[in-house]
Amino acid sequence: MDAIILQILNGLDKGSAYALIALGLTLIFGTLGVVNFAHGALFMIGAFCAVTLSRLLSLSHEVAIPGQVDFLGNPATRDVPYVFDIFGEALGSSIIDWAVPLSILFAIPIMILVGVIMERGLIKHFYKRPHADQILVTFGLAIVLQEIIKYYYGANPIPTPAPEAFTGSFDFGALIGFEPNTIIYPYWRLVYFAFAAIIIGAVFAFLQFTTFGMVVRAGMADRETVGLLGINIDKRFTIMFGLAAAVAGLAGVMYTPINSPNYHMGMDFLVLSFVVVVVGGMGSLPGAVLAGFLLGILESFASMREVIDIIPGINQVIIYLVAIVILLTRPRGLMGRKGVMED
Amino acid sequence: MSKGNLTRRGVLKTGAVAGAGLALPTYLSAAGHEGFTNAPTGSTVTLGFNVPQSGPYADEGADELRAYELAVEHLNGEGDGGMLNTFSSKALQGNGILGKKVEYVTGDTQTKSDAARASAKSMIEKDGAVMITGGSSSGVAVAVQALCQEAGVIFMAGLTHSNDTTGKDKRANGFRHFFNSYMSGAALAPVLAANYGTDRKAYHLTADYNWGYTTEEAIKSSTEAMGWETVAAVKTPLTQTDFSSYIAPVLQSGADTLVLNHYGGNMVNSLTNAVQFGLRDKQVNGKDFQIIVPLYSRLMAKGAGANVKGIFGSTNWHWSLQDEGSKAFVQSFGTKYGFPPSQAAHTCYVQALLYADAVERAGSFAPCAVVEALEGFEFDGMGNGKTLYRADDHQCFKDVLVVKGKENPSSEFDLLEIVEVTPVDQVTYAPDHPQFAGGALGSCNNGA
Repeated sequence: MDAIILQILNGLDKGSAYALIALGLTLIFGTLGVVNFAHGALFMIGAFCAVTLSRLLSLSHEVAIPGQVDFLGNPATRDVPYVFDIFGEALGSSIIDWAVPLSILFAIPIMILVGVIMERGLIKHFYKRPHADQILVTFGLAIVLQEIIKYYYGANPIPTPAPEAFTGSFDFGALIGFEPNTIIYPYWRLVYFAFAAIIIGAVFAFLQFTTFGMVVRAGMADRETVGLLGINIDKRFTIMFGLAAAVAGLAGVMYTPINSPNYHMGMDFLVLSFVVVVVGGMGSLPGAVLAGFLLGILESFASMREVIDIIPGINQVIIYLVAIVILLTRPRGLMGRKGVMED
Repeated sequence: MSKGNLTRRGVLKTGAVAGAGLALPTYLSAAGHEGFTNAPTGSTVTLGFNVPQSGPYADEGADELRAYELAVEHLNGEGDGGMLNTFSSKALQGNGILGKKVEYVTGDTQTKSDAARASAKSMIEKDGAVMITGGSSSGVAVAVQALCQEAGVIFMAGLTHSNDTTGKDKRANGFRHFFNSYMSGAALAPVLAANYGTDRKAYHLTADYNWGYTTEEAIKSSTEAMGWETVAAVKTPLTQTDFSSYIAPVLQSGADTLVLNHYGGNMVNSLTNAVQFGLRDKQVNGKDFQIIVPLYSRLMAKGAGANVKGIFGSTNWHWSLQDEGSKAFVQSFGTKYGFPPSQAAHTCYVQALLYADAVERAGSFAPCAVVEALEGFEFDGMGNGKTLYRADDHQCFKDVLVVKGKENPSSEFDLLEIVEVTPVDQVTYAPDHPQFAGGALGSCNNGA
């Protein structure tokens, strides 16, 4: 029982990342009709916003340490961040410590800008082209973006830790009456799950309760009619692209303490996120979220030793197996609507 | 028009394919002038540096390339000479190799066997490389080694740690300076016993590919021999990024030690996840929970940040060593590039010098002459103490470093501290040891 609860918890944060990426993918597909293979790259760029901000905050100048030498025998120096000079050492080090949460503020404008540039600069030229063309061009864009990041940040993962207050784990098992040490869960993963829930809630609320959201939903249902009513739907869809980019970016920012970001992390999530979108139903936002969590949890269960012992290799194929079964029984996915991608 | 199966296009296509097929094996004899492949005829000799320049190990590849460039400089008599000054063999004069100026070409292995073979093949065929060296993965090393054997050039392996490179996949034209999984196990076990006792329950997470298997086997057998019990060994996909679902069940298994047979990004992520899950703060079976990383790389340990603190592992070489060879190399590399070299850079630099020295001593670039000069060659002054290139399997035998993540690093390079230098006798094994069984060196191939 404790093992099951543990894997459900594990699946929740993996599912949170899938759900956030898939949500953005679905938003873009639903509004603009574009299959965006560069969406994983947006997740990665978000993560590197966090890396960049923590580097900016840690920018330092060298101060000589008297009486010590470095590995070449030259006088040793110590790096003192400029924030220490400005805010003093105590406040300065807590600002650096909180770099990842602070990156949320830093990443939102950057991600919206990246999204809008991407849409206006490249993707809008491919609206009328077949999906295969869109896939090729966005996939190419993803490779270009990841190579740019690799050029500036290198190929190795870059550690970007969570604030001191959120490192470590808590004994979830003891909390709900199990033996101590059986169900432990890192604090930051809980933060990630809560954060994902808030973002998902905010996106739904935005679409459901604002005039802007209402227009976008109307545009998703019937773009032509909304256009005929004199509403500039293209402009709103561009904003939605920026918003979707921001959602993916924030998912990336908050993910950095879980796994040290590298240039390749977007690709690692991209394929799975597409499976999530298809399983959830093309164009269905609740479907994307539901399928994200479902597949995250299933993946966790499939990597249990007891399960692998019975079916070797199941951990590598479970997601695709489930996708096949769901698509065979429900060809439109879990919550897919009639008429989407069926013309 | 044509109702038969024979069309003009069809004939052209078949012709082209057949032609390409026939042309393929010609490289074996393409540039042979003096009875061996790519015999250098002018005043220069070309070496081929095959390192990962793209893909996940690109940073390690970049460090290897820096080391090779430095080696070429030193061989040609430029710079401060580095380890040429401390190397026990004095055959090299700083006037190139056999009086020929050393030039080089580079290839990108991408850490993929097929890409690595293609780039090595291109350097041999198009650029006339007489020796191929480098790489950061055992899969690549084994693949390129086999290619060099066929083509009749020498292969000086870069960073490759799997037993198989000088075990079941060994080749007469291939040589490895780097240590291997067995040596890691043999060096680590006594240190682990001394620090953590002989009554431990270990849980292995193993990268699901060749290097992972040989490392798991080596650590398992050497720790079990001193009384540890292996509770479970779970394979993890090479592409895995989040290891939480593999880490979480560890505590429930009753294990008190976690062995991460992971390298590169896998190691960074699995170690980070294990620390996040608080494994190191736990007590199991009345003992503090411990994590072990059998193969450490400083470059990659950097990605795991503070999580490496206090964790044991092994390494081939570390820049903080205080012997004359290491000091000369660190000085030379540090002055040129501004930071200390990695173990990958060290092994590659040494391999380039060892090859050049063997050619000089043999008086010929012919692979079979080089093989003869390297087999059973004993040397010193290259940073690992007295070293033997064993004739039976072309593996270097030298001391192995057991290291630990440093608690209070003084700089971003100062991540590991040397706990013990395990003497070579303790890590030496018989050439027919079960972990290296199968396969044979065969005979050297001059190509041409």
